Amino acid sequence: MSYMRIIIRSIVLLQLCFFVIFFSGRYTFAYQNTLEKIKSTGVLTWGFDAEGGAPYVFYDPRHPSKMIGFEVDLVDAIAREMGVKVQYFQNAWDSILLALQRGDFDIAMNGIEITPQREHIVSFSRPYFAYAEQIVIRASEVRINNLDDLRGKKVGTLYNTVAKRLLEEMGDVTVNTYSGQVEPFKDLLSSRIDAVFVDLPIALYYAVSNPQLRLIGEPVGEGYYGIAVRSEDTALVYELNRILEKLIRSGELKEIYKRWGLWNPLQERLLLHEGLLQKYVETPPSVSQKVSFKVNTFLPMLLKGALVTVGISLVSMMLAVVLGLALAVMRLYGNTWVQKIATAYIEIYRGTPLLIQLYILYYGLPNIGITLSAFAAAIIGLGMNYAAYEAEIYRAGIQSIPHGQTEAALSLGMSRRLALKRIILPQAFRITIPPMTNDFVALFKDSSLVSVIAIVELTKAYGILAAATMNFFSLGIITALLYFGMSYPLSLYARRLERRLMRKSSVR
Amino acid sequence: MIKIHNLLKQYNDLLVFNGLNLDIEKGSVVTVIGPSGSGKSTLLRCINGLESFQRGYVSVDDQILYGIHEQDYRREQEERALKNIRRRVGMVFQQFNLFPHMTVLQNIIEAPVYVLGMNQAEAETQALSLLRKVNLEGKVQSYPNQLSGGEQQRVAIARALAMSPVAMLFDEPTSSLDPEMIDDVLLVIKDLVSEGMTTVIVTHEMSFARDVSTQVVFMDKGEITEQGSPQDVFSYPKNDRTRTFLSRFMR
Repeated sequence: MSYMRIIIRSIVLLQLCFFVIFFSGRYTFAYQNTLEKIKSTGVLTWGFDAEGGAPYVFYDPRHPSKMIGFEVDLVDAIAREMGVKVQYFQNAWDSILLALQRGDFDIAMNGIEITPQREHIVSFSRPYFAYAEQIVIRASEVRINNLDDLRGKKVGTLYNTVAKRLLEEMGDVTVNTYSGQVEPFKDLLSSRIDAVFVDLPIALYYAVSNPQLRLIGEPVGEGYYGIAVRSEDTALVYELNRILEKLIRSGELKEIYKRWGLWNPLQERLLLHEGLLQKYVETPPSVSQKVSFKVNTFLPMLLKGALVTVGISLVSMMLAVVLGLALAVMRLYGNTWVQKIATAYIEIYRGTPLLIQLYILYYGLPNIGITLSAFAAAIIGLGMNYAAYEAEIYRAGIQSIPHGQTEAALSLGMSRRLALKRIILPQAFRITIPPMTNDFVALFKDSSLVSVIAIVELTKAYGILAAATMNFFSLGIITALLYFGMSYPLSLYARRLERRLMRKSSVR
Repeated sequence: MIKIHNLLKQYNDLLVFNGLNLDIEKGSVVTVIGPSGSGKSTLLRCINGLESFQRGYVSVDDQILYGIHEQDYRREQEERALKNIRRRVGMVFQQFNLFPHMTVLQNIIEAPVYVLGMNQAEAETQALSLLRKVNLEGKVQSYPNQLSGGEQQRVAIARALAMSPVAMLFDEPTSSLDPEMIDDVLLVIKDLVSEGMTTVIVTHEMSFARDVSTQVVFMDKGEITEQGSPQDVFSYPKNDRTRTFLSRFMR
């Protein structure tokens, strides 16, 4: 019985378990429809992403355990009308509709624009908010007065939004895409970008309160937010529409929006129609309405992401190797203070999450006047983090070389430095190849974390494409294959290198 | 030529040498014998500064290494003296300590090229003639692990000789060899001695010591208890401890 067969069997079994768990979560209710479930359990489960932030739904900065936002007020009103309680369900915005389909919650309401594309996947209530896209610039900016002036500029916006689509349709705009709402404004303030183009509520919330920012130009690209429910939940749509209608007519909705400084003439349109959802979209997006999946359409973007992944991984690994070696030498041969510094570096970088290090590098450093580009921050962040791990590997490698080697080198008149370079490190290197390969493959995959600082690498490209097409499976397999296709040759090469070096000296 | 003066060395609380003296003339062959743990190897390693000591000094020609507690100890001067002594005094270890990632040839030319700045071709020519001298010219491209222990030790001798030393230190050069290989190595050392190389050998090979030495030093518990010509020490030992030690070997 070969080990290989056992391993393959366990993998297959594991995947089987995974699929069973995955699919069993889908529709396990004993109720005819979701509305009936809500009424009988007395609980309305609401999906949202608080990372998306203010003014939709976010943690109250003064009482951080409390959720606030105009959508919180709205969902409270809806639940009150239904006579039920609200249960919160935090979910990443990128996959919020997917989670809705999976049955994780009953409604998704989080600034989700009603688009024909999305209506293929879910059903929408009547609109509860009319939005438009707004340009925000630094108060000192004079070059930008309207949408056209954004050409040739660097503009920040959010993933999977109408604003992003509008910018991309203009063609000659450099678009920086973010997943959180705070980050583009931070980058605008640190002059990494020239303007931010986002949904009006976001623009109002962040720009009006900050004297360093201002709105410019008329809002464009109007559309509506709707509450998303699963396509089969028609009864729930009727119920939501009835309640929304009531809230609009009674003026309660207007009150909520006024409270959040969101009331504007656009919202008057909410009163106009009922039903006929398709008509609410005034500027039908020009993206292909048919959500079909063709590999050749998406492969270029994935490959571009893969290229970014490879580039960042290679450069940051080089940094990690050089810095790691320096740290290992400091720790082994330095005086007490040098040793302490190296040890502290290693412990701190190893003991804190890479994600937080990246946030500090990219969003934190501008506070003390150091503004790194996204790529520089990514490479420095990954490189400095992995240097800590490399340092320990090299230290172990160097220490594993018998002391007699150093003595022999010294007795031949070599300096400590020359002995290290010519005699010790080449031998230590051979020993460290397997753990180094390990680290490089890990770094390669960890490079997906840099998507938090506005870099679209392979994993982010996958996330964007998957959210847009709802095709998490095929795209996921392709993306995984791309990762594997890049990391496996590396492992093979390392194995060959190791064998070549071993053959030279350990065969008798 | 090599002078050890009033050497004091201690590891933490353990006193290893308490004022040890030894003079080694140019061209002489000194064998150091004595029970294990008597400080023979430590003494040898003090000569080229692989071990530090607290007081006294070691000199090789005009180069002086002071104990780290001596007033004359100056770090920079010490570094320079250390470098000069190590270049002039070759050392051969019990465990050979060849560089396993280099071929025999690379092992030998490494120090001449990188320490003395000799050019590659010249260093290789010299290496080949040294290998001929130790009867290993066929192993130029072998790696250390492809050689027997005796062959490795002969390469180690050639490697030390490549620096054209004025003296050679042998630290139990045959102690980790299989018996049938010991003679090959001893033969090479004998050749070297007959050419007039100043040599200090720590060894347990008593008959070899008697054959080649001009001076035999007996050490016990960090002290030189007896020294003299081989005849004197081996045939007419004065000291009780020397007698006891030798009787075990000479049975």
